[in-house]
Amino acid sequence: MEALGSLFVRSIFIENMVFAYFLGMCSYLAVSKTVKTAVGLGAAVIFVLTITVPVNYLLDTYILKEGALAWMGPGYADIDLSFLSFIMFIAVIASMVQLVEMIVERFAPALYSALGIFLPLIAVNCAILGGSLFMQQKNFISITESTVYGFGSGIGWFLAIVAIASIREKIAYSNVPQPLKGLGITFIITGLMAIAFMSFSGIKL
Amino acid sequence: MMAGDKEGLFSQKNRRLLIDPLDDDNPITVQVLGICSALAITVQLKAAFVMSLAVMFVLVFGNLIVSLLRNMIPNRIRIIVQLIIVAFLVILVDQVLKAYAYDVSKELSVFVGLIITNCIIMGRFEAFALANGPWKSILDGIGNTIGYAVILIVVSFFRELFGSGKLMGYEVLGHKGKTLAESTGLYHYGYENNGFMMLAPMALITVGILIWFQRSKNRKLIED
Repeated sequence: MEALGSLFVRSIFIENMVFAYFLGMCSYLAVSKTVKTAVGLGAAVIFVLTITVPVNYLLDTYILKEGALAWMGPGYADIDLSFLSFIMFIAVIASMVQLVEMIVERFAPALYSALGIFLPLIAVNCAILGGSLFMQQKNFISITESTVYGFGSGIGWFLAIVAIASIREKIAYSNVPQPLKGLGITFIITGLMAIAFMSFSGIKL
Repeated sequence: MMAGDKEGLFSQKNRRLLIDPLDDDNPITVQVLGICSALAITVQLKAAFVMSLAVMFVLVFGNLIVSLLRNMIPNRIRIIVQLIIVAFLVILVDQVLKAYAYDVSKELSVFVGLIITNCIIMGRFEAFALANGPWKSILDGIGNTIGYAVILIVVSFFRELFGSGKLMGYEVLGHKGKTLAESTGLYHYGYENNGFMMLAPMALITVGILIWFQRSKNRKLIED
């Protein structure tokens, strides 16, 4: 339990997807103009990450890894299908996003039209594929660990985008120099937030 | 093709495809695509070069394939088809890198795989390759990768130089010995590397300053 708790806190603050690894920056920058759209996209990302990371973990452990196919019979034990990881992970992610899109369209049509093109674009959001690829690198020992990791990473991303959206809404009335307006100042603010998040790395977990 | 109206291979419009992404239509600073790798890969100049080459391979051939298939892809599944094309090309790049440049591939780690989700690739497929002929798509791929590479190289130049005093692994500011007397070059006068430049946040701030610089020179790009 303790290990799970520390994994959870680590994936939100210390290994934050946006501030430590720069994943999902394109939609982060594009959808953070208002808090409402940011919350909607962030929630969708949490949902997709929490589902795709454990599913890809199962895929990796039982089919893709070296020696993973041993359950099919001893003759299959030396097959290493890990070069197929990219295609398999992306296929899982694309189908999950299609599912989320259908659910959101049915149950929250206002959010669906507010998010527009960015909902299907979650499929190519590097944060989602990055979550699965990092999970593969980290060699988790159980599906619970990978679910906690996926959920925590999603929350970290959600935190980041809601924070920057709130700040951008506030600075809409400030005196930002013309060439810096919009994209430039967002980069600099995100950099400052990243510096702030670095302070979490001192926590002993 | 309009009757009797064939454009030269390097006509004015085609040359624009190569030049626009350098400044007016830069994939990173204007189109806001490909940001993730621009920030993560720019700690060292060498990694930035290798990444640019990898992206050029994937984007040029990807654009070419999508353009050749553009009239055959059904609209409903076009994202999936594009993803398959990109994933295939990236697997090729990844295997080649692992075989011939193992230490660089370790440094790039997950970011080679993340070329699949690099928004520049999908972005250019959707915005250009799906609606234009093969030669133009190749030029568009080359132009956008050069625009992307320029930003990567500029950012990693400053980060590597100020962060570690090296460029492409060569010490250009002198060698830092254990004492002032032993150090050569700038270190002899007490200069210290700014280690912070190598860390994540400075990448963001460097790109922000680059955008500031670009938009001050090119007033057309200012948002209101």
